Amino acid sequence: MPTPVSVLAPQASDKSEARPIIEVKGDYSFWYGENQVLFDLNMAIMPRQVTALIGPSGCGKSTLIRCLNRMNDLVQETHHSGDILLHGKSIYDPAQEVISLRRRIGMVFQKSNPFPKSVYENVAYGLRVSGEKRKGVLDEAVESSLRRAALWDEVRDRLHTSALSLSGGQQQRLCIARAIANEPEVILMDEPCSALDPVATGKIEELIHYLKRDYTIVVVTHNMQQAARVSDRTAFLYLGRLVEYRETEQIFMNPEDPKTEAYVSGRFG
Amino acid sequence: MSEESTVRPGKRSRVELPIWLLGTGLAVGIVMVFLLLAVILANGVAVFWPRDVTLLQLREDSTAGPGGRTTFGAIILDTRAVENAAGSENELYLFLGSADVMGDKFHYLPVEEVESQSLPSTVYVAERTSRGDAIMEPLALILPSGKEVSAEAPDFSSRLNEALARNEGMRREIQHLERNEIASLNRQIELLRREGVSAGASPELQSQQHALENEHEQLARELQVLRHGLQAAHLRYRLLSGEEREQTLGEILRVYQPNALNTFEKLAIFGARFWRFLAEDPREGNTEGGIFPVIVGTFVLTLLMSVLVMPLGVVAAVYLREYARPGPIVHAVRIAVSNLAGVPSIVYGVFGLGFFVYFLGGTIDSLFFADKLPAPTFGTGGILWAALTLALLTVPVVIVATEESLAAFPKGMREASLACGASHWQTLRRVVLPASAPGMLTGLILAVARAAGEVAPLMLVGVVAFAPDLPFDGVVPWFHLDRKFMHMGYHIYSLGFLTPDSEAAMPMVYATTLLLILLVVVLNVGAILMRDYMRRRYTAETF
Repeated sequence: MPTPVSVLAPQASDKSEARPIIEVKGDYSFWYGENQVLFDLNMAIMPRQVTALIGPSGCGKSTLIRCLNRMNDLVQETHHSGDILLHGKSIYDPAQEVISLRRRIGMVFQKSNPFPKSVYENVAYGLRVSGEKRKGVLDEAVESSLRRAALWDEVRDRLHTSALSLSGGQQQRLCIARAIANEPEVILMDEPCSALDPVATGKIEELIHYLKRDYTIVVVTHNMQQAARVSDRTAFLYLGRLVEYRETEQIFMNPEDPKTEAYVSGRFG
Repeated sequence: MSEESTVRPGKRSRVELPIWLLGTGLAVGIVMVFLLLAVILANGVAVFWPRDVTLLQLREDSTAGPGGRTTFGAIILDTRAVENAAGSENELYLFLGSADVMGDKFHYLPVEEVESQSLPSTVYVAERTSRGDAIMEPLALILPSGKEVSAEAPDFSSRLNEALARNEGMRREIQHLERNEIASLNRQIELLRREGVSAGASPELQSQQHALENEHEQLARELQVLRHGLQAAHLRYRLLSGEEREQTLGEILRVYQPNALNTFEKLAIFGARFWRFLAEDPREGNTEGGIFPVIVGTFVLTLLMSVLVMPLGVVAAVYLREYARPGPIVHAVRIAVSNLAGVPSIVYGVFGLGFFVYFLGGTIDSLFFADKLPAPTFGTGGILWAALTLALLTVPVVIVATEESLAAFPKGMREASLACGASHWQTLRRVVLPASAPGMLTGLILAVARAAGEVAPLMLVGVVAFAPDLPFDGVVPWFHLDRKFMHMGYHIYSLGFLTPDSEAAMPMVYATTLLLILLVVVLNVGAILMRDYMRRRYTAETF
């Protein structure tokens, strides 16, 4: 996998000087009830880059990504220590409404989950719940989101048929379009390709590559080749701890920690 | 080879025995359901079929005929075997009609008493307003002018039918005058009277009252004229037993000659009778006529119940599932709701009487209808209280079904909505509730099925055996939720067990039962179609 990584490398180093968009700091830890799942994390996510979270099952990478837009609020009895900053402001600040936070940090899930509504209504959903009623605005947002999600040409003639009639890969791209429609700054993707076939996976990866021009993307993946292909920086988590977080090329070609080395070379995981 | 073929059947039969048992259970269930439907269908449909009239000639010394008659006409309803001291003998179950002459509409007769029987084609059956059909041969039509048209005259039957049709028109007009015009006048007079009581008599009020009373008299005179018109013509006829009678034509609804009819003509009469059964008011203590107010009462009650139970059940379930903090209290509430579904329905009836009728209704009366007291308005059983009682009875079903459909909603889709920046309420309203609607409708279907068949609680909160006034009509405020109403379940019970002439009512019992089943089917199919429509719109499955 050396080729894509080397292509991405200069871009990544260009931006390394920029201020991080998200900072996980203060030895961030997270508990489900009594059960601590994240330990003492500190990491910075840079704007307009793809950051991959890798690690064996149960290492806390999904938990971490769900902390970033406070999806874990839905789970009863959780608590945390440390802080997560978005543009330098805490996402746990009482003045920070969780609803507007989620509009700024969109999310795509492991299993595609379009609403049982039309393609159009799926994409327009975020705008509608934020109170947008003007048809012109909605039409425009739907079209541009679908275009950016590389789905427009496939669904332009059936915008008003059920989203459930789309194929699995199309549904996942629809979910990406739905997340984009809110004009978020960050898009979180929790194993977006794990339920897709290789062709659909290839399309999503292409899309991620294209989307990072406008958005900051954090992607959880089980697939190390995928992490190597799409990401600029990679974080390796193991048992809730951040073992290594560096530029992707470095992680794969020249890992510092023996555990990282063992994991990326496929010796465990 | 041979080993295989000997071993296999043994193996198979061991495996399949339980399957056979299961299949038998299902088959028995299905057979019982079909048997039920067949019995009700056969008995219910037979009521409307115009059956042949038999002229019975008994042995000369026989005393088994009605009133000792040895010659008479009857419709043979059934032949059945009866056991007595002399062994078993066959008995005819006869419909005689003309209770005014025969003393009874029905009669049992041992078969051996009959010497001969025939089907004379000239015999008429006249449906009358009271005392049963007359089985007779017409002699003459006596016109209002006093002129007689003999039954032998070629234009007799057309003139008779013409006169009957004219009477039918007059009856409609009388009904219209009584139901609408006079009822609305009475209401206006009542309003004026109450105004007079509260504000004191003023000359203006008095003149208004006079005007209304004049109008009332005018209508009463019109009615009088119409009633006279009904009695103007007479029909003279002879029963098959020989007695001659003269009766005003107003008491005869329609005539037909069953023995002269071919199958298609009989079918036409069958259809017309069935239609009248659906569309007309009951007569003669519910044993004759139609059951229109019964159908409307049941239908309106069920609809009203649905309208009341759906919001109540859905709101309660949404709160329980979505907002209430899980814990011992919510757990206890869930158990209580499930237990409520098993409480005997009469308990709800008692509660409805005590709480809705006496407490709520009594309070409403003393607040808003004090001038009418002591005559109660809402403080007595009525369709509103009955619907509320049934809603209470069925609300557990709706709550359980709604909770289940909310719980079955995919978690991923909720998260997707929240991740789009929707609030909990927006997620509920825009995504979860529409997708759960089919499940809620399943609850409604179950609720309707339970409510439409309830009788016991209704008896305490407003159902009556005879209430020709519908719960809605043309008089302001159109919907009269305080009115008593008729209901199919109770109608069946009161017809079959409370009327003095329960034999005469038996056919009506079957016919009403048939319609009750049909009504439940119609209501259920309606709800199922609605659910399927919603399912197509909001299929909640991915992949």
